[in-house]
Amino acid sequence: MNQAQSVDRSRDPLSTAGRVYEVQGLHFQYGGSDSGTLRQVLRNVSFFVEAGEMLGIVGPNGSGKTSLLKLLGKIVPVQQGSVALFGSSMSDLRQEAVAQSVAFVPQDTSQTFPFTVAETMLMGRFPRHHRTVWDWGFGWDSPDDRAVAQQAMKTMDVWHLADRSVTELSGGERQRVIIARALAQDPRVLLLDEPTAFLDLQHQIEICSVLIRLKEERGLTVVLVSHDLNVASQYCDRLMLLDRGQVFRLGTPDDVIQPEVLKAVYRCQVLVDRHPRSGLPRVTLPGRDTARRLK
Amino acid sequence: MMSSDHPSSPHSVGVLAASPEPNQPLSSSADDQLFEKSTLTARRWMTAMAFLSALGILAALLCLQFGAQYVGLSEILRIVVHMAWGTHDQVVDSDATATILLHVRLPRVFLGFLVGCSLASVGVALQALLRNPLADPYVLGVSSGAALGVSIAVLFGVGTTMLAVSALPLCGLGGSLIALVVIYRMAASYDRLPIYSVLLAGVILNAIFSALVMFVTSIMDPNRSFGMMTWLMGSLTAPAYPTLLVFSLYLIIGLGLLFKHVRVLNIMAFGEEPARSLGIDTDRTKRYIFLLSALITGAVVSVSGMIGFIGMVVPHAIRLIVGADHRLLMPASALVGGTFLMVADTLARTLLSPSEVPVGILTALAGGPFFIYLLVWRKDRMS
Repeated sequence: MNQAQSVDRSRDPLSTAGRVYEVQGLHFQYGGSDSGTLRQVLRNVSFFVEAGEMLGIVGPNGSGKTSLLKLLGKIVPVQQGSVALFGSSMSDLRQEAVAQSVAFVPQDTSQTFPFTVAETMLMGRFPRHHRTVWDWGFGWDSPDDRAVAQQAMKTMDVWHLADRSVTELSGGERQRVIIARALAQDPRVLLLDEPTAFLDLQHQIEICSVLIRLKEERGLTVVLVSHDLNVASQYCDRLMLLDRGQVFRLGTPDDVIQPEVLKAVYRCQVLVDRHPRSGLPRVTLPGRDTARRLK
Repeated sequence: MMSSDHPSSPHSVGVLAASPEPNQPLSSSADDQLFEKSTLTARRWMTAMAFLSALGILAALLCLQFGAQYVGLSEILRIVVHMAWGTHDQVVDSDATATILLHVRLPRVFLGFLVGCSLASVGVALQALLRNPLADPYVLGVSSGAALGVSIAVLFGVGTTMLAVSALPLCGLGGSLIALVVIYRMAASYDRLPIYSVLLAGVILNAIFSALVMFVTSIMDPNRSFGMMTWLMGSLTAPAYPTLLVFSLYLIIGLGLLFKHVRVLNIMAFGEEPARSLGIDTDRTKRYIFLLSALITGAVVSVSGMIGFIGMVVPHAIRLIVGADHRLLMPASALVGGTFLMVADTLARTLLSPSEVPVGILTALAGGPFFIYLLVWRKDRMS
């Protein structure tokens, strides 16, 4: 699966073998212990992520998908249970060390200040800079940084937006810019929260294709959260179906996308057939006939 | 292991080939130029800073000329040259003009510059952290905290004159630190520090501190409470050189540490989660920058009172001109903030000469309408 890993210079060939994440007995809750608003978001979640695979996290609203993704990116701290990234415990890793191998694309990409797209891209290089006491924080971007940022912009088709302010972009354009910035981070793992949510059809297909290509050419490991079961089914190697904070099923799209499984979690009937070209399971809404019959 | 070799690779190649923006080697130099133009380069930084520094020096020369007594430019140059090249006795003996210039006007202009610098820089930092272009030390209540500290000290007779720059900066510092700790506690009562609750906590705290300052002022003896009011409105007086030296060292170190964080501020401006994903320990960074801001604000308030709006107006205007990159935004705002306050203070002491208008009134009159404009402008942009 990861034949072309050698393309990337900065990567240790040994460490791409084996597991990227090992998650054991993970619990997570929001709200302080003193306030009465405690909300259990994840319960006893255990799984692993293989190097170079694309894992899709799916499930109904409030099933804990985004929280799980944030735990994988050290955006929120591990409370109970363990998350290991390349064999080291997430709690022991410094934020900067995580950022050097993991890039996270949040769902909310709004911005108040008029940074240009090019400036935003160069920020992706931040975790790669070695800061010293004498560095007065200006850190002029090296030609190397600029080259990587420009390449990432071309990959995500945001090149023509270079001089635009991120505040003026449409939701979809900004989404692509932030994904491009994550690529400029030159990560080994890419975490995406609803990457296709704001995108039109063309860019949905394009982003998924880029992810597949990066996975195959550079051995990039991808974990994405998606509401869109079809995107998840067609592009991910494995799916994790969460139900109220617990793993309901984890396996290939064939294992997970089954009418009775989906009915148990989503509490509704959908049609599942096969994609005519890939042969992978495809979810379809029941349609008007069923709506009439239900009445 | 689970099989995952479904045939998705062929069509990824197809999409890439059909990508609307293929690599065109011919246009690459034009592309590079567009990219270069849209990012901050060392050359652009130097140009902007050189221009603003020149502007600042010109403004300073202008401010030195005006006052109760007009001192011509040639006169200023003569005195400065004599000062610099050792014929000190000659200058001091010669006339009262030199004394006015060197011991009244120069320290005051310099103080105005420092105060303006500090207020604008702290404004930039707080705006980035709170992701809110309307934030400044006043909104957060850090200034009123400092003012409360100073006014309590004055009530108990620390410092005989209102601006005896002796123990007062420490009291101001203490007050703003208390404000900060309270804000931090209030906001941190949630699991982490959500950015909007900090802002809200600041607004509430500001109201409480202002009420307390008013109370302290009202129970003071009338002689002192008049000076107190003038100081609260925001005014500068010429400090003695040793005091000015201590004060400026303090601010220069504080500002230096703040300036070290310009790149971090760039990333913090995208929000906490993106900042963490780019490797920043956001909680520590926030605490550090809030602390530095409180320290700088405490010192500034103790010498100049409540000079409002510079921390909000200047960064905003500069952002419109030079862009949002804090590497340039922060130092440029500092220079312009300093220049702005120098000029405003010169107006304050000359408009109704020989009496003075508190400079805080002028900045508020200039900044208030701008604030309203911003609110309207922002409403348009957001909806």
